Amino acid sequence: MGFYEAVLISVMTAATPLVLAAIGELVVERSGVLNLGVEGMMIMGAVCAFAGAQISGSPFIGVLCGMIAGGAFSLLFGFLTLTLVANQVATGLALTILGLGLSGMIGESFIGLPGVRLPVLDIPFLSDIPVIGRIVFGQDLLFYASIGLVIGVAWFLFRTRAGLRLRAIGDNHGSAHALGVSVIRVRYLAVLFGGVCSGLAGAHLSLVYTPQWVENMSAGRGWIALALVVFASWRPLRLLAGAYLFGAVSIGGLHAQALGVGIPSQFVSMLPYLATIVVLVLISMDRRLTLINRPASLGQPFVPER
Amino acid sequence: MQASDTRSSAPLLALAGLTKIFGTLKACDAISLEIAPGEIHALLGENGAGKSTLVKMLFGVLAPDAGQIVWKGEPVSINSPFAARHLGIGMVFQHFSLFEALTVAENIALSLDDSVPIGQIAERARALSEGYGLPLDPYALVADLSVGERQRIEIVRTLLQDPQLIILDEPTSVLTPQEADRLFETLEKLRSEGRSILYISHRLEEVRRICDRATVLRHGKVVGACDPRQETVASLARMMVGGDVADVTIGANAGDGRVLIETRRLSLPARTPFAVSLKDIDLTVHSGEVVAIAGVAGNGQSELFDALSGEVTTSRADAVRLAGQDVGRKGITERRLLGCGFVPEERHGHGAVSQMKLSDNMVLARHASDAKTFLGGGLGLLKRDAVWAATERVIKAMDVRKSGVDPHASALSGGNLQKFIMGRELDRNLSVLIVNQPTWGVDAGAASRIRQAIVDLAKSGAAVVVISQDLDEVFEIAHSIAVIHHGRLSASEPARTLTRERIGLLMGGAAPEADTVPEAAHAH
Repeated sequence: MGFYEAVLISVMTAATPLVLAAIGELVVERSGVLNLGVEGMMIMGAVCAFAGAQISGSPFIGVLCGMIAGGAFSLLFGFLTLTLVANQVATGLALTILGLGLSGMIGESFIGLPGVRLPVLDIPFLSDIPVIGRIVFGQDLLFYASIGLVIGVAWFLFRTRAGLRLRAIGDNHGSAHALGVSVIRVRYLAVLFGGVCSGLAGAHLSLVYTPQWVENMSAGRGWIALALVVFASWRPLRLLAGAYLFGAVSIGGLHAQALGVGIPSQFVSMLPYLATIVVLVLISMDRRLTLINRPASLGQPFVPER
Repeated sequence: MQASDTRSSAPLLALAGLTKIFGTLKACDAISLEIAPGEIHALLGENGAGKSTLVKMLFGVLAPDAGQIVWKGEPVSINSPFAARHLGIGMVFQHFSLFEALTVAENIALSLDDSVPIGQIAERARALSEGYGLPLDPYALVADLSVGERQRIEIVRTLLQDPQLIILDEPTSVLTPQEADRLFETLEKLRSEGRSILYISHRLEEVRRICDRATVLRHGKVVGACDPRQETVASLARMMVGGDVADVTIGANAGDGRVLIETRRLSLPARTPFAVSLKDIDLTVHSGEVVAIAGVAGNGQSELFDALSGEVTTSRADAVRLAGQDVGRKGITERRLLGCGFVPEERHGHGAVSQMKLSDNMVLARHASDAKTFLGGGLGLLKRDAVWAATERVIKAMDVRKSGVDPHASALSGGNLQKFIMGRELDRNLSVLIVNQPTWGVDAGAASRIRQAIVDLAKSGAAVVVISQDLDEVFEIAHSIAVIHHGRLSASEPARTLTRERIGLLMGGAAPEADTVPEAAHAH
């Protein structure tokens, strides 16, 4: 394996959890719900995926556990914000804090255990293509899932009637309700989808990226995923590009350091977050881009009059 | 259509004793009415008479507390808009339930059931809209369309479901006279196809012109049913209001000729993609004069108001002159201190803070202009007694009806809150008043009171700008009229010589463009 091939593979590995979490949140926000609990759902997914894999011995069961944990956590958010109409921002923040704490407690007995890695699934023939073969077709299940999800979400949002309804709810939930679309049900499904995706992202962290359990191992990736959704102006394919850009920034820093460029390690670990800030500032300069795509009812509670 | 036809056919829709109660308020109180096939039936009433509540029950948005809806002879319960559409009831909302970030075709697709392939909707929408004389580009983004075009989407969206009854809620309030004429042609065509229309309006002239029958609501009750063509505007108004409405007339300009409001080539870039930019606006208002600015909503009215009030400052100080001073770079408070008053369009959240008491709202607007009276003790502490005295004075002067001593702004009806906000400004001996949509959504009695106050202020020598969509109001209270279109203002013309046709053309943008092009050519 050549050096550049290795770098590219590591960029993709670094980007995959961002893609997974962000594509889920994109659907949630398109439906008009702002779930700031991505970090919490992700870390819950990570610890439950690791635990599931350890106990059952199968990384695939682990992935399933991660999805269930993320999904369950998101339903808690859904119940609080959609049924009880609690403030979405406060609830999302609480979800993150709860997730970080709870995952530490669940994961205590797993610290230091050797992990179970999700195996690489070579796609026959395609993975033998020179250069890109191993990078694109010699990856694990979650990588394929992340690409499939982005394409699937793009197709769903812009080519299907159900996707149109979801966008309509995000744009104007009052009108959508008046047209007979069940706002709360669609939002529950979107929130659940976002939770499952965050759980998948967590599973990727503890089963692929660094196959072990370390407290706090999501390390702010949930927040980057949230920023990515804005960066992508709520469009799935831009989101994919953005996630890889962020992956490249974080991996690029590491390699630059390894090559002896004199950057302090603290600066390297800061890079993705710095990039987030810079990119968000740049994005908000084009107001039309943001305003046209931003779901207009984002973060607003919906109480049907009847 | 002849009366005998109406009687011979069974009613399409019959309501019996329909009632809806909100808390202690009977919004609809045992309403009964019948709509025959192929008739245009007017539902008349002031704001708060229960028209919207009634219609929401018909369309399944609200559930009635009592009473029966009979559709084609069968009692039905309409649980959702979906159920209403399924029966054959379509509705065109007053505040369009459109999705701005979606295209025309996507908006239409949302209201169709799943049997129509999503790929065909754009073409069907185009064909149907042209068939009814309402052309539309299915791929345009709604955010980029005019209000009239948005209404077309609503109508086409409704027609695609092939309804037998179409409910139109105040359809002409956002249209130019020409656009309204076009709408009436479409309605005639629908009637000739045997469809019925429930036409909600408080514009009595057009009800007399196109409706076969009318039901009048007041305070949630049916107070009369008539053939509007046999009535006069005055008799219909009496039925609606339950008494005579005082006429307001503006006399000759009694001012001393000083220029109190002036803009010179006022230009402002659009602040958001959905806003309008102002282009070279020249406006002059003398002492004692009321100038009305007419125009279809969304043509730069709020932007112009913001520039005049100082919510948005201009780069050139002399772009806006108020009370004899260049104020282009000055903020609202400084402009108020010059004796200027401003009443914005939105009452809640702009003109007043809904969750604050009336006296607090008094302080918010006048903390600087009345600092000597309201504040004291060297630390700028509030003098509650003085504030309350001023609040009470305004409440008395404008006849603001309220419950409780000092209620929250949100507890007042739209008309009463507007009277309070107007009174709060008028109480200050203004020399300049800028008002945006002074009587929008206000009942006839309050509207007449507000208009009278504007006229009285002008008589005392102040200069007044009234930005309004309501042409009746514009003709009632203005000495001269200018029209705003796409951020350009036409030259103001005397109200006496201006015809509705000419205003309609200006509102549609016909004449101002022609006027400005040669000027622009000279400038370069």
